[in-house]
Amino acid sequence: MNEIKQVGGRAVVVRGHDIDTDRIVPARYLKEITFNRMGEYPFFDERHDAHGKTVDHPFNEERFQGAEVLVVNRNFGCGSSREHAPQALYRWGIRVIIGESFGPIFAGSSVLLGMPTVMASSEDVGKLMALVEGEPTAELTVDLEARKVRLPDGGDIDIDISDGHRNALTTGTWDSTALLLDNMGEVAKTADKLPYTSDFEGPAPL
Amino acid sequence: MSDRTLYDKVWDSHAVTTLPTGQTQLFIGLHLVHEVTTPQAFDMLRERGLPIAYPQRTFSTVDHVVPTDMRVRPFLDEQAEAMTAALERNVRDFGIEFYGLDSDRQGIVHVIGPQLGLTQPGMTLACGDSHTSTHGAFGTLAFGIGTSQVRDVLATQTLAMDRLKVRRINVNGKLPLGVHAKDVILTIIRQLGVGGGKGYAYEYGGDVLDRMNMDERMTVCNMSIEGGALVGYVNPDQTTYDYVLGRPFAPKGEAFDRAVAYWRSMASDPDASYDDVVDIDGSAIEPTVTWGINPGQAVGVLENLPRPEELTDPKSVEKAYAHMGWEPGAPILGTPIDVAFIGSCTNSRLSDLIAAARVAEGRKVADGVKALVVPGSADVKKQAEAAGLDRVFTEAGFQWREAGCSMCLAMNPDKLNGREVCASSSNRNFIGRQGSPEGRTLLMSPAMVAAAALNGRVVDVRQYN
Repeated sequence: MNEIKQVGGRAVVVRGHDIDTDRIVPARYLKEITFNRMGEYPFFDERHDAHGKTVDHPFNEERFQGAEVLVVNRNFGCGSSREHAPQALYRWGIRVIIGESFGPIFAGSSVLLGMPTVMASSEDVGKLMALVEGEPTAELTVDLEARKVRLPDGGDIDIDISDGHRNALTTGTWDSTALLLDNMGEVAKTADKLPYTSDFEGPAPL
Repeated sequence: MSDRTLYDKVWDSHAVTTLPTGQTQLFIGLHLVHEVTTPQAFDMLRERGLPIAYPQRTFSTVDHVVPTDMRVRPFLDEQAEAMTAALERNVRDFGIEFYGLDSDRQGIVHVIGPQLGLTQPGMTLACGDSHTSTHGAFGTLAFGIGTSQVRDVLATQTLAMDRLKVRRINVNGKLPLGVHAKDVILTIIRQLGVGGGKGYAYEYGGDVLDRMNMDERMTVCNMSIEGGALVGYVNPDQTTYDYVLGRPFAPKGEAFDRAVAYWRSMASDPDASYDDVVDIDGSAIEPTVTWGINPGQAVGVLENLPRPEELTDPKSVEKAYAHMGWEPGAPILGTPIDVAFIGSCTNSRLSDLIAAARVAEGRKVADGVKALVVPGSADVKKQAEAAGLDRVFTEAGFQWREAGCSMCLAMNPDKLNGREVCASSSNRNFIGRQGSPEGRTLLMSPAMVAAAALNGRVVDVRQYN
């Protein structure tokens, strides 16, 4: 797995607080049993009217096509646990999300895809949004090791990301299964010490 | 140590090791699986040639996509059929317990876990569903997870997790008549915000929680994620032990007594220290209704909708007013509704149905209102029918359905049409949530939904006290 220390590119802005994962991917697309087509669906019902005609939305704008950085406001990705939401953004082309804050399950799932969610102050997010909307060709680079976003003019802004998420990304262990499988002996010891597995286990299921 | 919270104790006893990333590898005592968020996880296991590490700690059912009227296979919806068939294949291939449509144990995953005695205090639990926090009602640390995390739990029975802070939320006093658990959690979210729980586990307590039955505690814990908290819990007490006793997967005989001793020991210590404490006056809570597009946008049923200019952040309600079409400052009371939905993992248990039936009994659903009652599980349905609740509802003009998630998220045929307004006992009023991108949802307690159904508009359920 590759190490993700710096990630960036052109950016797209989606404004608004508390944008939930139902808005990112409507539930009807969760009936697909693979994630393969999720890249077609981000913000589907906000990008189309009731007749399927496209309407104004940053993800529809020509100038934002090819963006790899998504800039959002507060509590982005709240609500449903559906990994379809980060999958949809990733498959559309997003590689890092900068926001004021994120829903906890969304943030956890994003890291497992190798797509960091990093937090900046409300003021800095506002500045970034204005910068990107005014200059869509501007390239932003998220430097996870330095905890900074590097701006085209040489300036930077501070970002926050949990140590665990940052370390998983920068050491290339963000797909956690292999890391967890390393300790199956310890897992068994922990399980055996729990009284509900050893002392008072209920009837066996099978 | 004698100053630890339940969160600390469960976390410490389930911590396997500290990973090189600094995260904790946490053992998961119970993994619940449903059809929507898991097919990709099983496929990832196949691709990597991995078995399920602890199949005996993994239980599955089908709830999200199942029709609640005609359950004949194959389903008319080909995608729902394919999704259900995929789960049936996966549980067979990987050897895990499954409660399908023909099982009397089928139901919403967060209803059947507790009902079967699988959910127990002092345990960790995970499920690919954000409302997994429901199980916290038992003093369980229950995590809603994404599909890649489901893969991790299947493959290792563990998760890579960061430790949370703990916020104690005391709800003291006595709830007024006609005020329910749903009103309590909607009030908590309204006060603390939909993102207020970020980084926290919520520990609910106080007189009001102490007096609640398990169904009510589950309603409160269920919506923790709506307040931004990944987990929420209530310390186990005699009410908890009495609920678990005798259930199919509960410890039996002397083992049950040993279990209770352990469960008692896992509750937060009296002098436990918290990262934050919030006190809420239960006697001041009113029947509460959401008016906007997130569960924090709520008012007491006798209040008027907020005026943007009076808010610290007027822009936060712009989108809500644009979608809902209400006038700022208007009363919520009297708002016309088209659909009434009683169900979901928040409010589909027997005591929820009893509360709604008390209001509906001997009365009629208003003309033009489509009203449905969807029990949370086949067992809840059976018990409700034994108590005659199905007749109360159908005689009043409600449809009486089979168990499933139904119109909470409309992945089955139960959907809003166009701009319909739905009085709903579910947990999310997000844009498009109930199946129509233009649909509108008003969240409230099951008793309030029943009252709204009878009147064709939002009313104060206390008129039926």
